[in-house]
Amino acid sequence: MSKLLSAKTKEVLLGPLNKNNPITVQVLGICSALAVTAKLEPALVMGISVTIIVALSNVIISLLRDTIPNRIRIIVQLVVVAALVTVVSEFLKAFAYDVSVQLSVYIGLIITNCILMGRLEAFAMSNRPWESFLDGIGNGIGYAWILVAVAFFRELLGSGTLFGIRVIPQALYDIGYVNNGLMMMPPMALILVACIIWIQRARNKELQEDN
Amino acid sequence: MENIANIFVKSIFVDNMIFAYFLGMCSYLAVSKNVKTSMGLGLAVVFVLGITLPVNYLLENYVLKEGALAWLSPSLATLDLSYLSFILFIAVIAAITQLVEMAVEKFSPSLYSSLGIFLPLIAVNCAIMGGSLFMQQRAFANIGEATSYALGSGVGWLLAIVGLAAIREKMEYSNVPKPLRGLGITFITVALMGIAFLAFSGLKIG
Repeated sequence: MSKLLSAKTKEVLLGPLNKNNPITVQVLGICSALAVTAKLEPALVMGISVTIIVALSNVIISLLRDTIPNRIRIIVQLVVVAALVTVVSEFLKAFAYDVSVQLSVYIGLIITNCILMGRLEAFAMSNRPWESFLDGIGNGIGYAWILVAVAFFRELLGSGTLFGIRVIPQALYDIGYVNNGLMMMPPMALILVACIIWIQRARNKELQEDN
Repeated sequence: MENIANIFVKSIFVDNMIFAYFLGMCSYLAVSKNVKTSMGLGLAVVFVLGITLPVNYLLENYVLKEGALAWLSPSLATLDLSYLSFILFIAVIAAITQLVEMAVEKFSPSLYSSLGIFLPLIAVNCAIMGGSLFMQQRAFANIGEATSYALGSGVGWLLAIVGLAAIREKMEYSNVPKPLRGLGITFITVALMGIAFLAFSGLKIG
């Protein structure tokens, strides 16, 4: 264990979970993060898909990094990513059709998800496969936990369910509690992410911006 | 004709790329610090969407869709190539962005220098890829509708980024809580703009 995870690789794996989070600090991959978070299930599936694709494409590009001519690297990266996304999309269509319908175009949009291009350019092009793999897993999980956190609150407050199972007791509805329909609207996802950013930056002063 | 106008207006206000689908958020947040550059990026997006989406529409309907190759020979009528659509769409977008960049550089150096750095970035802008994927999903009846959808979405994106940039320019003078400065307050501003745009839902012409 100590050999596999030295201090540096540990930082590579765990950094993206908090101080180097892809969404709240690096500002990558916001598009899909916000759109799939109305319910917990698609958010989780999206998080897992992105984690797998980032990790695998990081490894592939890292293995190829010495053979890719610098001028056409963007195209090569796009093709590798597009191939992996096609595999994941066909897999979801075959084994989890309902979720793939809910995710609609956003699975395809993983191709243009900035997390992928960002990590491939910034990390995989200059590091060995094992570190790139850990970097991919770390960034994927850092992305996934924000998605799940936002989806948790949106589904709980917006429709009173978690994973489609009712958690708010009927007695509460009987005395006049109502679901907050606004939580299901797209703008609330932005506000929830802003709250996460607020909490995170209040605790980590070095992340605060000047204006 | 009425349908085309309807699609145009709807894709600007109701199905706005930013406020309804969050497409192209990354560059939207990164480049909206001042009105002038955001105008340049917005125009580039309108331009590239307006070209790539009709091309991908033709590709979808004459090559990729199930039975789309029937015009080549009747034996191909059962072929379904739609699993290739991601790779082909992104290839078309990357190639056309490159072409547009070269054409603009040759014919209008002044436009090129103002768009310059943004043009290559557009290849990985989710709004462009998203436009093509939505086109595939909605199955527009003809290329006119697809083009009007493309231009409408582009103009909607332009409107959103210029609006946000204008607000952020003014916001430099306000006293925002420290942890919210920068990214946090920008998210909240976009959310408030999004809520305002919700008022357009149900808008229809004719």
